[in-house]
Amino acid sequence: MNGPIEETRAALEAAGYLADDSTALVCHLAQRLGKPVLVEGPAGVGKTELAKALSRATERPLIRLQCYEGLDEAKALYEWNYRKQLLRIQVEASDAGWQEVKDDIFGEEFLLSRPLLTAISAEQPVVLLIDEIDKTDQEFEAMLLEVLSDFQVSIPELGVVKARSQPLVLLTSNNSRELTEALKRRCLYLWLDYPDVERELAIVRLHAPDLTEQMVRKLVEVVHMVRSLDLKKPPSIAESIDWARALLLLGAEDVDEEVLRSTMSVIVKHRTDLDIVAERAGVKLSDGLLGREAG
Amino acid sequence: MAPQLLELADELRREGMAVGTSELLDAFEALDAVSWTDQAAFRAALAATLAKSQEDRRLLDLVFDRFFFRAVEREAVTRGLEEGAIRRGVEGIDLEELRTRIRVALRQGSDGELRDLARLAIAAFGRQGEGSGVIGVDVQRIRRTLGLKGEGAAGELPDPESVPRARLRTFEAHIRRELERAWIAHTGELAPAKPLRELDRALPSGPAQDLADVHRVVAQLRRRLATQGREHRGRSRSSAVDVRRTMRQSLQTGGVPLDLRFRPRRPRRPELFVLCDVSTSVTSASVFFLSVLHALHDSFRKLRSFVFVERISEVTELFGRERSFPSVSRAIAEDAGVADISGYTDYGRVWVEFLAQVVDDLDPRSTVIVLGDARTNGREPHAEVFSQVAARAGRTFWMNPEPRLYWNYGDSVMAAYEPCCDGVFECWTTQHLEGFVRALTGMTPGG
Repeated sequence: MNGPIEETRAALEAAGYLADDSTALVCHLAQRLGKPVLVEGPAGVGKTELAKALSRATERPLIRLQCYEGLDEAKALYEWNYRKQLLRIQVEASDAGWQEVKDDIFGEEFLLSRPLLTAISAEQPVVLLIDEIDKTDQEFEAMLLEVLSDFQVSIPELGVVKARSQPLVLLTSNNSRELTEALKRRCLYLWLDYPDVERELAIVRLHAPDLTEQMVRKLVEVVHMVRSLDLKKPPSIAESIDWARALLLLGAEDVDEEVLRSTMSVIVKHRTDLDIVAERAGVKLSDGLLGREAG
Repeated sequence: MAPQLLELADELRREGMAVGTSELLDAFEALDAVSWTDQAAFRAALAATLAKSQEDRRLLDLVFDRFFFRAVEREAVTRGLEEGAIRRGVEGIDLEELRTRIRVALRQGSDGELRDLARLAIAAFGRQGEGSGVIGVDVQRIRRTLGLKGEGAAGELPDPESVPRARLRTFEAHIRRELERAWIAHTGELAPAKPLRELDRALPSGPAQDLADVHRVVAQLRRRLATQGREHRGRSRSSAVDVRRTMRQSLQTGGVPLDLRFRPRRPRRPELFVLCDVSTSVTSASVFFLSVLHALHDSFRKLRSFVFVERISEVTELFGRERSFPSVSRAIAEDAGVADISGYTDYGRVWVEFLAQVVDDLDPRSTVIVLGDARTNGREPHAEVFSQVAARAGRTFWMNPEPRLYWNYGDSVMAAYEPCCDGVFECWTTQHLEGFVRALTGMTPGG
C-alpha cells in the first residue's frame, strides 16, 4: 500500500483501531472523494468502533444517529419547536400582522435540529454515524438520499440548508434487509469480516496489554475455533476482548478446559451454543491441540 | 486504461452486477487516489466503488482475475511473445525432488514460488500436445501424479503427507492458469470468454459442506422474514378505515369524525403445509431444506411440516419440541420412520398418504409447499392425487433443488406435477430461496 493509505492506517491505529488493507483504503477514499461509506458485516466486528476511531483520528466530533424501526424525519432531521412558537405568538400580542408573525416564527431560532441537520450545519466538519440503517423502513432511506448525495436538507418553510462543511458519513448495516439500490449507489462499500488470527492477536494485545503473550495466542485460537463451530451467535471481537479482560481479572494462569468452562459465558450467549462449545472445545483443549505454537 | 475499465464493467454487467455510470465515475476517481502498480490496492478500490454486497464482491474477484489474465494473454498473442525459458531447464529435475519441493512450498511458500512450481510440474507431467484437451482433467491428473491430498476435516489425525486445503486450491488454480496460458501460446489465439458457470455461485451444498454456512444463510432469511411483515405495516396509506373505532373516537369531538382510525394491517401469516424430501438423492439439499423448515417454524405460526422418503411422517410437533437443529435432524433420522422398506422415494404413495392425513384441514387459505426433486425411481407418480391436493389447497408451490436443466431427465417427473402447481421454483442458490420467500409472503389468497 502506498503513502496516503499508510497514513490513514497509522492515524486509525493511533486512535486504537487496527485496520486492514481494504478498511484503510476505503477510509482514505471516503475522505478524498467525500462519499459516504456503507459498512456491512456480522455483529461485533467493529463497524461502530470504526466510526468512533475515525472521529478520533480526524479529530472531528462524532454525531451518532441510532436507527430503529419507526424512526422518522422529526427525530432524525429537524422539528419545529412549537411550544416556543406558541409563546412567541402570545408575546407578539394581537397588533402584529399575520405576515410578520409567520416570518418570525419559522426562523432558525425555532428549529430543533436533530442529528442529521446538526451534522450538516456544523461549523466544524464532523463524522456522522448512521448506525444500523437496515432497521429503518424504506421511506426513511429515501429521505436520506438528499442528505447523502448533496449534503443538504430542504425545509419547506425555510428553504434549503446547505452543508457548511462536508461531514464524513458512515452507515452500518447488519444486512437484515436488502438496502435500496439508490442508497447503495451513493456509497462506497466496505465489508468487515472476522479478522484472521494474527490481526485479532494484535487487537486483543492492544486492549488487554497485561495478558501474557502465550495466553493471548491461546485465547485467540480458542475463539477462532469456537467461531468455526455451528453456533447461533459466534463470538465477536468485542467478546474476545471482554474475555481477555475477564481472564485478567480472575488472574487465570492458562486457558485450559476448566477456565473455559467457567468463563465460557463471556463469549457464548445461547444455551444450546454453550453445550456445543463445552463439548467440542473441551476435548480439543484437553488434547493440547491448541496453543502449540506458543507453548 | 479507461476503455479497459469500461470493458471490465461491461463484463460485470453481463454477469448480472448492476454497475451504473455513477459507480464507474466513482471508480475512476477512486483509482486516482491509489497507486496503479499495487494490484491489491487497485482491486480494493474497484471493489469499494463497484461491488455493493458480499456476493458482488465475490463476483468481482472472479471476473477481475479472468479479465486481466485474458487481457495480458491477448497482448502476448498480438505481440507474438512466448515464454519458454523454464521448460528447457526441466530435464534435470528429479520427480521425487519436485514432489518434496511442492509440498514444502504448499506449507510455507510464497505465492510466486507456487506459481513457478506449477509451471515446473506442468512441464514435467503435462507433456505438451498430449494433454486431454480439457483443462480440468489435466489439472486433476497432475495433482494425482504429484500425490497431493488435502487435510482431512478437523478432529481427524493429521496425515504427514497432506497439505492445507486452501493452499492446495491455490496451487490448482495456478496449474489451471498456466495450462490455459500454454494452450493459448500453443494455438496462438484466445478462446472466447465463457460466462461464469452458475454453479460457481451456487449454495453451499456438497455432501461434506459446512452446515454452518447453510445456517448462516438461513439465519439471514429468518431475519428478513421477521422484518417483512413490518414493512407492510408501515404503509398505512392504503389501509381501510375502521368505522367502529373511528365513531368511538369521534365521541370526543361531538360526533364529528375528525380523527380517522384505520384497521391495523396484520402481517400475513399463511397456513403452510410443507413437505420435505429427505431421501438420499437429495441428501445435501435436504439438510438445507430441513434448516429452512426449521427457520420457517419460527416465522409462521400455522405451519405443519412433513418429511417423506417412501412414506410420509408429520414432524410438526418435533420441530415445536426441539429447539436446536442438530437434535431435530437426529430425531428425524431415527424416529420418523419414513424409509422402512427400500429407502427409495415413492412420490405416488406419499401423495395418497398425505391426502388421507390432511384432507379435512386443507382449505383455500392453505398453502402447500413441496421441497423435492420429483425423482420417483420409476414408480407411479400419481399425478392425479397430487392434483386433488393442489385443488383443495389455495396455493401449491414446488421447490426443486436441481437446476431446471435437469428436470424431466432420467426418472424426474417434474412435468407431471408442474401443471398442478401455482409456481415451481428451482432452488439451489440463496437468491432463489429469497425470491421464493418473497412470493410466499407477498401474495396470499383472499388477502
